[in-house]
Parts: sequence; structure tokens; C-alpha cells
Amino acid sequence: MDNVIEVNNLIKNFDVSKGFFSRNKSLVKAVDGISFSIPKGESLGLVGQSGCGKTTTARALCLLDPKTSGDVKFYNPEADEMQNLDDLNEEQVKQFRRNTQMIFQDPYESLNPRWTIKDIILEPLNIHNIGSLENRTEAVVEILKTVGLTPPENYLPRYPHELSGGQRQRVSIARSLIMNPKFVICDEPTSMLDVSIRISIMDLMLDLAKDLQVSYLYITHDLAVARYMCNRIAVMFNGKIVEIAKTEDLLSNPIHPYTKRLISSIPVPDPKYTREKYEINFDELDEIISNNTENLPMVDVGNEHFVATHDVKDLLI
Amino acid sequence: MAKDILVVDNLNMHYETLEGNVMAVNNVTFSVKEGESFGLVGESGCGKSSVASTLLQLQSDNAVISSGSIKLDNQELVGMSESDLRKVRWNDISIVFQGAMNAWNPVIKIGEQIREAIREHHPSNTKKENTQKISELFKIVGLDDSIMDRYPHELSGGMKQRAVIALALSCDPKIVIADEPTTALDVVIQDQILKEIKKVQELLGLSLIYISHDIAVIAEMTDNMAVMYAGSIVEKGPTASIFSNPRHAYTRLLLESTPSVVGEKKKLRALDGEPPSLINGLEGCAFSPRCPDPSEDCSKGNLNMELIEVEDGHWADQCCVNCG
Repeated sequence: MDNVIEVNNLIKNFDVSKGFFSRNKSLVKAVDGISFSIPKGESLGLVGQSGCGKTTTARALCLLDPKTSGDVKFYNPEADEMQNLDDLNEEQVKQFRRNTQMIFQDPYESLNPRWTIKDIILEPLNIHNIGSLENRTEAVVEILKTVGLTPPENYLPRYPHELSGGQRQRVSIARSLIMNPKFVICDEPTSMLDVSIRISIMDLMLDLAKDLQVSYLYITHDLAVARYMCNRIAVMFNGKIVEIAKTEDLLSNPIHPYTKRLISSIPVPDPKYTREKYEINFDELDEIISNNTENLPMVDVGNEHFVATHDVKDLLI
Repeated sequence: MAKDILVVDNLNMHYETLEGNVMAVNNVTFSVKEGESFGLVGESGCGKSSVASTLLQLQSDNAVISSGSIKLDNQELVGMSESDLRKVRWNDISIVFQGAMNAWNPVIKIGEQIREAIREHHPSNTKKENTQKISELFKIVGLDDSIMDRYPHELSGGMKQRAVIALALSCDPKIVIADEPTTALDVVIQDQILKEIKKVQELLGLSLIYISHDIAVIAEMTDNMAVMYAGSIVEKGPTASIFSNPRHAYTRLLLESTPSVVGEKKKLRALDGEPPSLINGLEGCAFSPRCPDPSEDCSKGNLNMELIEVEDGHWADQCCVNCG
């Protein structure tokens, strides 16, 4: 199967040495050797606690922050081949940016408050100089219809503060999809939204994925949301992926103790259901994970279900 | 049978604004028994937190309680003098506020802030007794004694929230209101805090009012619950009964729009539209504009919102019982 993105041993360290002349280099290994790939039209959920490196991964992948090391290859539809992010020339970086978009968590902060909705959605077209001026406005009207902001004329001259949270997130989605990208990184796009609006945004994203053949890297801390959105889920802990599998497989047959702990911590909307109590020793897990400085060896337990192999027998409390 | 500790009867509250009166709480009636855990659920702006603030009489200056009563252990709280209220707050009823980060004064040590609350209510206690008390509370919520000498910024979100719970328990209240105590927290930390609240409640025999927008948390935490929409309760009753047999169209949609990690993966239903503006109140059924299949009476506005008993102890708003 063709992939839209292949990540191999991605590492992102932050230098947190104190003082300019400090000899002791101290590093935070925010993303510590993760590998995954996403096939065309499929979505991968990246799940984990806050601070585990989900967002750092996303930022490194779309060139917002330079990665420390590792290989990232992306499918460039304009050249019809996989290209390594390290070897891109200026034109190819532009192509990469056209085909890889991001949707951010907070629709209240990711839209410029002094621009109209039309300007916001038009900006990527202007930057990449796509189409004539009239065509661009037409494209904006079209995309507003696609994301369900109808009639579009009502929204074009408005400012972000005039819209509700759900509508703003639709504008964010429109802005990223107007470039017709093949790969969209979504960083908790629904966590700031109210329960009732969340599902309509999630449904919209699923429909668009199907219609426009977009792949998502969907970052969330909520496994229930990831289950609804993604074909596969990768569970991340302290900068490393500890388990990656098809969604239903991961939820019905979790193997890594951290995955089990994560699943057991999601409240279930059914008073009759009693959650399994599963407590693990986080300090112990932390130590094991950080001692494995090399790429965590993953083993295939069948059906494309990979688990990190390390000594986990003492983790259970 | 346990006696009622808190009885809210026909409470109406509105905020006076320049654009008109915002009817935030309309005819809200419910009661909480001793040792019971009561859930209040609804989307943002439905009036959950407004109810919580009136229970403590902490509503903002432009809020007016036009009618209704709040009886805590047979004492009427509406219209009570400020000095009497100060005795009731924390001694009888306390609150765990939303967002542990903002609940603390950043320049005073955690221990001192809790000691301050105890000192206010029990002036005769010695400092040593108070420290002893805080140490006991910290043990209950799973914090180390050394936290007393820390400033809020030195603690993680989960630790701050545990300390807020200890603060709420510091004067042995009979009833604690938890207003979205876990919204800003991580999933695993949320899980730990929920377990802690449950443990504390059972240990001390507290009554609890749990306010949340997350229906899954309400399912786990509460015995009885009420669903709020546009300032009114649209359905209330035993949690198990509401989940197994939701009668109001809004409750049904809320349940069907919540994803779960267990059971079959099902198609979720979106709730279209937005909640109505509460300025100057509403006529007829507040939910009918968003109702997927409103009954004829409901859409014509022939019915007023009124709770009817659909099962033993299970009440639902008459408008949308037969809708959707």
C-alpha cells in the first residue's frame, strides 16, 4: 500500500541547559525515536497523556520546529513520489507545505482576530499563488459550503469573534482543506468544543476524509474520540510509541501495561458498567522507557499489532 | 430512608444585563439526600454553574433570585443575611471549583490557605490542631504533608486539585458541590481524582453534587442525576434509569453523541444547532428548534416546559417525551 507519510526513528530533543556558558548539557528527549507510517486515505490516532510528545511530533512533522534527527518521507503528489524532508529544495518545501496542513486545538487562538473569514481562508491561496483572483474567491465560497457554513455570503465578511467555537473550528478546517492537502495533522481539534458540537465536527472531518481522500494524523488524549476517528492508534508514553495497532484490535486486546492503564481510565457512559481497575507503577515504567535509549524494539504479535518489548513484569501494582 | 439534606424548590434566577434579563435558572427543583451523589449535566451555558453558585449564595452582583427556595438542612438560604451565610458556607456546604489552577492564591502557601478557612470558622482552634486536621485531610486525598509548605505553582494540576478537595473538606461540610473538578486535567489524572472523590464520599458519608458536561463521568459518579437545558431541568431521576430509558429527546441525543471505548462501535448522532439565547426568557419548549423530530404540539408551542413523572422517581419534561 502507498503511504502518505513514513516516519523512521524521529527524534526531537530540547536543550534545557541552564546558563549560556554551562558545560553540562541537559536535554529533554521530547520525542525519542518513533516510527510509523500512514497509508493513503487512512487515519492514525496518536494517543497519550499530556507531555508525552504528541504535539512535538506534530510540529516536527510539518516543519514548524526542526527535528533533531530521523527520517521523514512524504508523498508528493505533484512529483508522484516519496520524498525525504531533508533533501527538499525550496520549491519542494512549498509543495510539501501545500500538501500537509494542520488543524490546531484552540479555534479561539488559531484565527487572526483582525482578519475576516474570507481573508483567513484566502491566505494560503495567496501565499502559494494558486488560481486567478476571482477563482480564489470562488474557491473560498466553495470550501465554506463544504464545511457546512452556509450560506457562505453570510460568513465571508465576518470576523472570528462573531462566530461560535464550532463555527470557528469549521473555518480552521476550511483553511487547511482549501489547499487540497493529502495529509492533515489535527492537534486535538475537538477538545475545546462543547459535547454537542464535537460530534458534528468529527463527522464533518470523517466525511471530508472519505470525499477528498485525506489522511489524518489525529492527536488526542481521549481514546474514545480516537476510536471514532481513526483506523489505527499509536499509544505514546514519554516520547516513545509503546503500542500501535488497528483501533478495534488495540481496544479489545491491549498488550502493553500503559495501554491497558490508559483504556481503563476512560469513563464509560453506562452506569451498569464497572471499569476494570488497572494501576501501574508510572515511575517504574518511566525508568524502563528512558533506559531504552535506542529505538524501542517493537514486536509484531500478529494482525499488524506492534508492542514495545521490554521487561514489564513488575509494573502492575 | 435517608433524609433530604438539600431541597431546591422552584428556583428562578436571572442576570440583569444591558440587553435584558438572562433567564439562567428556570423553575429548578431537585433534592439531595444524605450520602447521595447527585449529578447535574448539560452543555456550556445551560445554567449548571449558575445553579451551583446560587446554592452557596455566591452568585454575581447582577444576579437576582426572583422566586424559589433553597433549604439546606431545613435552613432557608435565599435571603439569608451575609453574616449567617458565612457560617453556613464551608461548615455545611462547600464547593470544589472548576480549574484547580485558578482556585489558589499564588503567593500564599497551600497549608496557610486551608488553615485560613478553618480559622475563620473555628477561631478557638490552635494552629497545631489545624495543622493536624490538614494532615488528616491530605492523607484522605493522597497528598504528602510536605505539600502544606509549598506554593501553588510548585504543584502539578492533579496535586492542586487534590488540595482543593482537601480545602473543601476542611470544615467537615455535610454536602460538597464539585463543579467540573476534572475538566482541565489529563485522562489518567482525571481517573485518579474521580476515584479519590468517590473514596472520600464513602469514607465521610458526604452528599455530593457533581456538575459536569461529560455524561460518562456522571454515569460513573452519581446515584441520581438531572439533565439541564437552557436553564431548565428537562429530565431527572435515578442515573441507571435515565441511561437505560432516556425519555427526553435532548437526553437521548446527549447519550447518542458520546463516544465510548467499550461495546460495539456505533454511529454517533450529532446535535445540530445552538442553544437558544436566554435573554428575556423563552416561550414554549426550549428544545424544539433543535429537536430532530418535534411532536406537533411541541413545535406549535402549545406545551409549556413542565416535568411529569414518567416512571417511579423518573421525571421528564412533557414537551419532548414523545419527540425524536
